[in-house]
This record gives sequence, C-alpha cells and structure tokens, in this order.
Amino acid sequence: MGERKIRVLIAKPGLDGHDRGAKVVARALRDAGMEVIYTGLRQTPEQIVTAALQEDVDVIGLSILSGAHMTLVPRVMQLLQEKGLQDVVVFVGGIIPQEDIPKLKALGVAEVFLPGTLLEQIVNVVRQSVKRSLETSE
Amino acid sequence: MTTKEMTSHLEEALSRWEEQTLRPTLARLPERAAEFTTTSLRPIKRLYTPLDIQHLDFERDIGFPGEYPFTRGIHPTMYRGKLWTMRQFAGFGTAFDTNKRFKYLLEQGQMGLSVAFDLPTLMGLDSDHPLAEGEVGKCGVAVSSLEDMEVLFDGIPLEEVTTSMTINAPAAVIFAMYLVVAEKQGADWKKISGTIQNDILKEYIAQKEWIYPPAPSMRLIVDTIAFCTQEVPRWHPISISGYHIREAGATALQELAFTLRDGIEYVEWCVRAGLDVDAFAPRLSFFFNCHNDFFEEIAKFRAARKVWARVMRERFGARDPRSWMCRFHTQTAGCSLTAQQPYNNVVRTTIQALAAVLGGTQSLHTNALDEALALPTEFTAMLALRTQQIIAHESGVVNTVDPLAGSYFVEALTSEMERGCYEYFEKIDAMGGMIAAIERGFPQKEIQEAAYRYQQAVDRREKIIVGVNEYVLEKEPIEVPILYIDESVAEIQKERLRRLRARRDNAKVHRTLEALKEAARGTENTMPYILECVRAYATLGEICDALKEVFGEYQEPPF
Repeated sequence: MGERKIRVLIAKPGLDGHDRGAKVVARALRDAGMEVIYTGLRQTPEQIVTAALQEDVDVIGLSILSGAHMTLVPRVMQLLQEKGLQDVVVFVGGIIPQEDIPKLKALGVAEVFLPGTLLEQIVNVVRQSVKRSLETSE
Repeated sequence: MTTKEMTSHLEEALSRWEEQTLRPTLARLPERAAEFTTTSLRPIKRLYTPLDIQHLDFERDIGFPGEYPFTRGIHPTMYRGKLWTMRQFAGFGTAFDTNKRFKYLLEQGQMGLSVAFDLPTLMGLDSDHPLAEGEVGKCGVAVSSLEDMEVLFDGIPLEEVTTSMTINAPAAVIFAMYLVVAEKQGADWKKISGTIQNDILKEYIAQKEWIYPPAPSMRLIVDTIAFCTQEVPRWHPISISGYHIREAGATALQELAFTLRDGIEYVEWCVRAGLDVDAFAPRLSFFFNCHNDFFEEIAKFRAARKVWARVMRERFGARDPRSWMCRFHTQTAGCSLTAQQPYNNVVRTTIQALAAVLGGTQSLHTNALDEALALPTEFTAMLALRTQQIIAHESGVVNTVDPLAGSYFVEALTSEMERGCYEYFEKIDAMGGMIAAIERGFPQKEIQEAAYRYQQAVDRREKIIVGVNEYVLEKEPIEVPILYIDESVAEIQKERLRRLRARRDNAKVHRTLEALKEAARGTENTMPYILECVRAYATLGEICDALKEVFGEYQEPPF
C-alpha cells in the first residue's frame, strides 16, 4: 500500500469561476508526486462525489471563493457518507470567514486553507491526513 | 557635445563609478540577493542612468499630458483639474440591502456607484434557479428582474450619479434594466453616464463567467456599443479589463498585453460590423489591477496609454484624439490581500492606490482590509474610501502632472512594458487574433504558468509576504468582524420572483422573448428587443435562456 500514489480530486463546486488557487494547488500536489484529477468549473456536489468514487481518490480538495461554502460543503459531506466514502479526506480552500472554519471541521472537513497558505503546508497536511486516514481504516 | 559623445562620456563615467566606488562596497558588503525582481519576477537593475533611456525622445515618447501619445496622462491638467472618481465596488444580499449601502457610500463622499452582482446574476441565472442555491446575494447583489433593479436605484437620481456595473455575459440585459429604470425616473438617456464591463474575452481568459460562445458574445457586445453611440452617447459600453487577468496570476506585462490585445479585438469586430472607429472609440474604457510593485505598476499604466494611442492611430487610423486615449479605472489587487494579520492589508492597499494615482487613473476602487475573508463591512468599506481621500487631499502627489516622468528607472520600465506588449501582440496576431489564441489556450496557459512560478517564489521565500512567510504570528492579535449573508436573501428573492411571475402579463413576456429570439437569429441590433423584454418584466434568466436557445453555450476547450 505504501507505494501507491496518493490520489486527489481537486474540485470547483458552485458557480464560482476563480480557478487560480485550484490549479496552482493541483500542480503543486502533482509535483509532490500525487495523482491529481481536476474536475473543471461549476460542478454540482453530486458530480464531485461521483467523480471521487469513479477515480477512487484518497483526497478531495474543494475550492470555493464565492461564499457558498456553507451550502455546498455540507452537501458534499453528506453524499460522501451516503456512498460509503467517509474515509476520503476532504479539504476546503478559498475565502472562508474564521467563524465558519469550526463548522466545516465539525462536518468532517480535515482542514481549511485560506489565502496565503503556502503550497508546502498543503502538501504536508495532505500527506499526513492520508496517512492517518489509512491507519485508522486498517 | 554630440549625443554619441555624451553617451560615450556617460559610459566612461559609469565604468569609473563601478570600478572606484561600487566594487569596493560590494567587496565589503555584498548585496542581499543575487538578483532583484519585481512582483512579476522581472529582473531589476541596480541603477538606472540616462544610458537606459537614450532611445527616448522627449517630445515623441514622453511629451505633454493631454496630447499624443498620452504617456503623461489623458488630461492636460490631470488631478489639478479634477480628482479621479472614487468609485467603491459594492453589492451584497438583496437590492434593498445594497441600495442602503449605496446611499451610505454617497453620504461618505463617494463620487460614483459601482455595482457588484452575485454569481447567479453574473451567469444569467435567476435567484430561484437550482444552480443558484447557496450563491444568492453572496458575492454581490442579486438582480433577477427589472423589479430588483428598481429597488437597487430607488431614491438615487440616475442623471446625477455615474454608475459602473460589473456585468459581462448578461451585460446587455442588465444594461437594458438600468436604462428602463432611468426611463421610469424620467432621466434622459442622452444625459446618463456610467460603464458596463461587458468584456467577455477576459472571461474566457481569466474570470470564467461566460454563457455563450465567442462569436455571438462578440455580436452582443457590438450591439451594445452600436446602440450606445446612437442612444446613450455618454455611456461607456465596455470596460476592457485586465483586473481579472492579473488576479488569475498574470504578470503585470501579461495583464497589459492581453488587455490591450482584447481591446484590439473589440475594435476589429466593431469596425467589421460597419461602425466608424471615431464614432465609438472615444467611449471605450479600460480597467486595470494595481499590485504591490510600485514602479512596475506605474510603468504599466504609462505604457498602456502610449501603446493604445499608437494602436488606435496607426493600426486603426482613428483621427479623433479622443479615440487615442486609454482612459481607465483601477482596482487595487485583491489577490495581494492576506487572510493573516488582515490589518496589514490597509498598508498594501495604500501603496497600490498611490501607484494607481501616480499612474494617472481616471477612477479607483481601494479594497477593504477584510476582503481575503469576506465582503467588506460598512466600517472597512469606509476606511478603504478614506485611504483614497487621504492620498487625494494630504499626500501632495496630485499637485503636478505625472511626477515620475523623466525618472531613468520609470521611463526604462515603461519602455520595457511597451516592447513586451508589442511582442505579445505579434504572437497573438500570428495565431489569428485573440479568439483563436483563447481557443488554443494561449493566454490561459501563460497565466497559469506565471501564477505557479509566483507561488513557488513565495514558498521558497524568494518573495517575502509579511505575515505569510515571514513575521508570522501564531495567533491573530485582533479579530476582524465579518459581514455575513445568510440564506434569508435567497428566500426573499424566491418569493419576489414567484409574485412577479404571477402578477405580470405573461403573454406579453412570451411575445417579447419570441421577438428577441427572432432578432437574435438575424443580424438586427438586439438591444431594442432586450429592452422590450425588460419592460415586460421578463426575468434575467428568461432573457438569457431565450438567447441560449439561439446562440448555444460555451464549453471551455480542454488544455
């Protein structure tokens, strides 16, 4: 198992077209040796979870800068539960007010990355979370 | 002394300085880095001298403000005559909420309005569309029909204020709504003034809020421009935007080059549609970003004016000097703001705003300190406006025109920007124009590459961002209060739409939408038909859907 590359789905839910962060993070994770699939813009939570299932990913990164995170993230988390994908580690990145961060974490989001987060930090947190997730599920 | 003698004299003097003064200093005290670069990672020399600007001729290249090539500004007196328009972008929640904020900003001395619409509106969707869920009123105001527009401008006389509206794919529809509100107020279309962004090319390139494919989108834009020349002569029917290109990660040069090349594309389409270049070019306007790198930004603005003037005069043969002028709005860089220690953003914004003013902007939006976290609160919006007022009234930079002209460094950078621009034009022209370039992903890939390189430089700490990769605090010292938009906005909007659809004359709505489709299939100007739909209270979504039936939808090509 240790040799398998970490598989990541980077997704843009909702109507937001700001994809700079999503693309930069996708590339950084790829450069760090992970398999990264980018969904493209304007995906519904259903499409994202279906893609996660089909691509057999370990991690989903949701990029939202429009303020719709408190509607979109709970939908994704719920659908993951329904499909038995609760082991998939979910990250959120974007314009997220401080007070929403504990709420998102309570839903099962592993980490929230705000503007200014270093790529190195994202790569490290993703690696560690996947490791933890594998350990607990084994 | 001849120029040649002077040059060789200077070269000798420079070598002497390097030998006698510089070298011993460097031996004792090496510089902090092997290379110094701008925010855009452009290398900057240690020292600039007259040798760096010897290619420039004062009258031809720098010249006088208000005259070709407008390097120094489009007005002869610049801010001595009139300050730039302080125009803060605002919009959130319902039209009622934003109307209140507009009135507050006008009371605080703001000079013009600037409307931010929410994502469903930007995408041509009504607030009750399933895809609008969670997005209504979040990053701007929700406007689904004329009824919302009436509320938005209630009590604001449209003949007296100028309004800028950031709207692109559905720009013709939102503009029609504004015109009908003006009509209902009894305002004369010939007297109202403002701007619609109406720039679809930068949507394909950077911001990605498109509806229709390029050709019909360009046709709608030509329709609005042609309509304005006849009916709304003081309106700016397009604001050709680099702002979003920069936010997506472009360098300063890429922002400049892609934006001006987009401008060329629009002019070409209008001319091909039979418009006389001097009939519409004086109403074209631009919109640039202003990032942290002070001198690079100033050089960018000065080069923008110079390049555009030459393009209009030489490439398009425009004869009216007003057609040569690059008039532009500036917004400080949202992407430069940090979520960490957000109060530092006030300082960043001040530096950027100062560069925009020294670059000769016609209007300015300064970002609020909390915008890396949420939309601005009333307090942070006021502080952002005060930043501009302090520059205008206390800094003294407004007292003379283009104070940095003649600086060896600024003039050399301006020339570099200009050269870089023409190089990009050549590449894009060779591809067959901007739409062809977009279809093969050229500007998109250039921007992605630049965004990644920049982020790597930050990660490696080659670029220091205070509070992010240096001077980091474990715990934020001050908590920033946040403007929170809840889901009640969506509920209010859904209810308003339900009532509207029940109350209006639905047969008339149907007739006007059918007539619009018919016009869209042909070659007539669509604006009069869109106005009829709006007057009948057809919703934004209904009008955009009618056009979708005829035009189809854009799919981003994979690259």
